[in-house]
Amino acid sequence: MPLRTEPITINLGPQHPSTHGVFRLRVTFDGEVIQDVEPVFGYLHRGSEKLAEERTYTQVITLTDRLDYVASMTSNQAYVIACEKLTGIHPPERGLYLRVIAAELQRVASHLVAIGFFLQDLGAFATPLMYCFRERERILDLFEMLCGARITLSYMRIGGVFQDAPEEFWPALRRFLDEMPGYADELDALLSENEVVVARTRGIGVLPADLLINASATGPVLRASGVAWDLRKKDPYDVYDRLEFDVVTASRSDNYDRYYVRLQEIRQALRILEQCYRDIPEGPVRATLSNLVRPPVGEAYGRVESPKGELGYYLVSDGSISPYRCRVRSPSLINLTLLRELLMGWKLADLVVSFGSIDINMGEVDR
Amino acid sequence: MTVSRLESAPGTAVPGRCVQGRVMTQPLTGEVLARRIKEVLGGVVDDANATDVWVRPQSVLEVCRFLKETPDLGFDFLNSISGVDYVEYFEVVYHLTSLVYNHSTVVKTRVYGREEPTVPSVLPVWRGADLQEREVYDLMGIVFAGHPNLKRIMLWEGFPGHPLRRDWSEPDYPYTWPHGG
Repeated sequence: MPLRTEPITINLGPQHPSTHGVFRLRVTFDGEVIQDVEPVFGYLHRGSEKLAEERTYTQVITLTDRLDYVASMTSNQAYVIACEKLTGIHPPERGLYLRVIAAELQRVASHLVAIGFFLQDLGAFATPLMYCFRERERILDLFEMLCGARITLSYMRIGGVFQDAPEEFWPALRRFLDEMPGYADELDALLSENEVVVARTRGIGVLPADLLINASATGPVLRASGVAWDLRKKDPYDVYDRLEFDVVTASRSDNYDRYYVRLQEIRQALRILEQCYRDIPEGPVRATLSNLVRPPVGEAYGRVESPKGELGYYLVSDGSISPYRCRVRSPSLINLTLLRELLMGWKLADLVVSFGSIDINMGEVDR
Repeated sequence: MTVSRLESAPGTAVPGRCVQGRVMTQPLTGEVLARRIKEVLGGVVDDANATDVWVRPQSVLEVCRFLKETPDLGFDFLNSISGVDYVEYFEVVYHLTSLVYNHSTVVKTRVYGREEPTVPSVLPVWRGADLQEREVYDLMGIVFAGHPNLKRIMLWEGFPGHPLRRDWSEPDYPYTWPHGG
């Protein structure tokens, strides 16, 4: 008698340890093979875009922290760049350098979290995660020196940054820059040629480059398919046009490549930090303007390369003290467009790994 | 098992994918784009200025297909779809970029009426429109005709109204805690 299977639908989440937040997937399996995937969003929806309409331009910065809460600096940066496009304010040099330093530290921290949880999803329970968090902790200490906060930073302001870095920041940054490359090598040696990691991730969850571009995917997900698209190079903001770094790409677009691109981007971020540490000029850190910004009527789309991809803010001003419309183009949500293509046909055990390789943050997905 | 790490060495970009050398994304002016669209598609352009081009709502799909498939425009990447409520009308804003030529543009369409304002879905052109159109529908109440799965994404089915509209106000929920208190 032939064995007959019938499809079974199960819920993954919203309170599942490997969904990186409150994310729910309705998955249909045939035996162990994924047949259909339907993501369910909205468990962390706080209506940030609506809330922004009732706050002043400066107050909205605190909302942007709470979108991608493992990369608050780049959220701040995207928003203040959009505001500066709207108002035509030019921040002073030192402010721009401090922003780049903060954003690149945040990129290292965010990629460390991504790599740590990716390994956690592979079943390497806690050890690689703690290695990554050990280094992230030092970045959070640096942030604490900069602005007093560790997660919800609100460090950047329209026209610069909140305040100059204190004296003890610079030796601490120097020590971090001296030691971090060794830690990146350690992580590389521990993971990149690990037999289990390679066997579980190589060739799994392949997404072709054309499909990724068509689906508006950005960030390491797109670069892992060989498309060298990085806004820091292609549409430089702040002082990235003066800094030397490589756009990291890979060619196979599988789970391994997405991990490996992130690991290499940590090294490139350290290169950028070295140059900023060397080149940062003296001077004011913030353009002189009132906290109550009143931009002229108009609109602006400001975008940055956040650790997850292109983070954009589309602001519409009606000339009042709060944005008429504040729309967030969130890379975490849009990178999930191809979730079905990513997971279909693979097995249950690959689901959380492929999902982890995209590196989403639910605060930014649901907003 | 040995693995060559050179397989994913940095700098192995797909040849011909991205034009090297141009350092900034060049915005194409709305007037230039409006002229190009008019040449091929006729009177679908409502208005244009230095940055944006406004097209008729019913012809959004054909304009987008034209922008994507014309070789020297090549807008292969949809940055974002936004809905803005100007009370008198809704505006749907498409931010587009060409990864090949590294230029960008903004296409807009004005749609009048508060009950079910409808714009054709651009999903056949860009897959990236999928979740964004659902989001605009959910929060702004603009219907994207032809979207195969147009349902609420952030809020739950049965939520009263569309909260990003300017005339939306929070209903007074008769809220009680489940166990008294």
